[in-house]
Amino acid sequence: MIDLELVLDNLPLYLRGTWTTLWLTFASLAIGLLLAVPLGLARTSRNPLINGPVWAYTYFFRGTPLLVQLFMIYYGASQFELVRTSFLWPLLSQAWFCALLAFTLNTAAYTAEILRGAIQATPPGEIEAARALGMSRFMVLRRIVLPSAFRRALPAYGNEMIFMLHGSAVASTVTIVDLTGAARIVNSRYYSPYEAFLTAAVFYLILTFAIVGLVKLLERRWYAHLRPRRA
Amino acid sequence: MVRRFALLLVAGALALAATPLAAKDWKKIRIGVEGAYPPFSEVGPDGKLKGFDIDIAYALCAKIGAECELVMQDWDGMIPALLAKKFDAIVASMSITEERKKRVDFTDKYYQTPARFVRKKGSGIEITKEGLKGKRIGVQRATIHDNYLTDNYGDTVEIVRYGTQDEANLDMLAGRVDLLLADSIALLDGFLKTEKGKDFEFVGPELRDKKWFGEGAGIAVRKEDQDLKRLLNEAIKAIRADGTYDAIAKKYFDFDIYGS
Repeated sequence: MIDLELVLDNLPLYLRGTWTTLWLTFASLAIGLLLAVPLGLARTSRNPLINGPVWAYTYFFRGTPLLVQLFMIYYGASQFELVRTSFLWPLLSQAWFCALLAFTLNTAAYTAEILRGAIQATPPGEIEAARALGMSRFMVLRRIVLPSAFRRALPAYGNEMIFMLHGSAVASTVTIVDLTGAARIVNSRYYSPYEAFLTAAVFYLILTFAIVGLVKLLERRWYAHLRPRRA
Repeated sequence: MVRRFALLLVAGALALAATPLAAKDWKKIRIGVEGAYPPFSEVGPDGKLKGFDIDIAYALCAKIGAECELVMQDWDGMIPALLAKKFDAIVASMSITEERKKRVDFTDKYYQTPARFVRKKGSGIEITKEGLKGKRIGVQRATIHDNYLTDNYGDTVEIVRYGTQDEANLDMLAGRVDLLLADSIALLDGFLKTEKGKDFEFVGPELRDKKWFGEGAGIAVRKEDQDLKRLLNEAIKAIRADGTYDAIAKKYFDFDIYGS
């Protein structure tokens, strides 16, 4: 039924694809998270000059498909002579950079909104107490607001990590041989869509499992104080 | 009701047992086309399909006396979609190769053109094992050109695979690839002759090696549909004989595309 030999023969291709998927996903998640913290804070600002632009940014990147964003950066930007002669072209001409850029901007937008919600849900009493103890605004942020916001954001962020992993499959549309790209090559060479994509699916499942496990570990650590105390 | 059902079962079992013989009534033929491969198959500004493949498909249906339903399908899923019965025949400039014959059957060819490389004018790239070393070559995924590169230069060049030829052309224009390898007519009419292609040119010989480039473009059908294959073969002969083929070909090409 399933041609195992075909899968085994192409295992190196799948493994290289898995590596590409992994680093693309986690690099964009890491950079996206770094960007999302200030962006999320900006979204909680009452100053429209700070809040407004960030709102527009997250609205745009959450309101359009990732595939469209990637095409706009990869094919769209390259059509302008101005872009092709600019100092950015050595980077923008690379498919991996376009994918990393699109993924990072996308996940940063989602994560910023996740963090905004978590920050706004901080119990006011905690902040008042911290201020009463004489902490500066920055110190309140660092010691009280952000740590508790991260805790609240964790389950939603775990989902975002999984979405990003699966969303990264669109990289295969711009010549990148990620896990899906590997499956497409195998499919096109042997006309065996079942073997080709099922193998990719198994790899994705394993990666998703790893992410779920990671989030669980973090939850155990961060929610330690919420667990019933053992006698 | 029960009886009718039983009858149906028997009929179904018979049909399964004798599929190659059971003459299906080909009143309507669903044809898979690509729609992103000018001048053979493309979507016009009015949203309608047009091109050499499309005209040939309609002409063949007319000859057979069947209704044509064109189904757009991405290239790399073309054969799986045929096998999954999303349509009954592929008229999409598909080259007749041994590898594909393992999965599907082909009619006789309906045209034949060689493959060629394209480079940027003034780039000086030569088509030799040395000259191609380390070059990025854009091809459409799952094509004979993809296979040719993989088998002959897989270890020395970087093969950049695209879903459609249009996307490969776009990246050639943007300078992301050094060369393109594709069907010479698709490159000539779809790229070089257009405004965007003016800085690019053919390089190297016409590639015709049967092992990779097959015996011309044919119409693919499922192996069990021998009757459809026969109908299509007769129709190809008929439009070749009565001038329909030449009239269509003249619309697109100023040379004999059928080949020798």
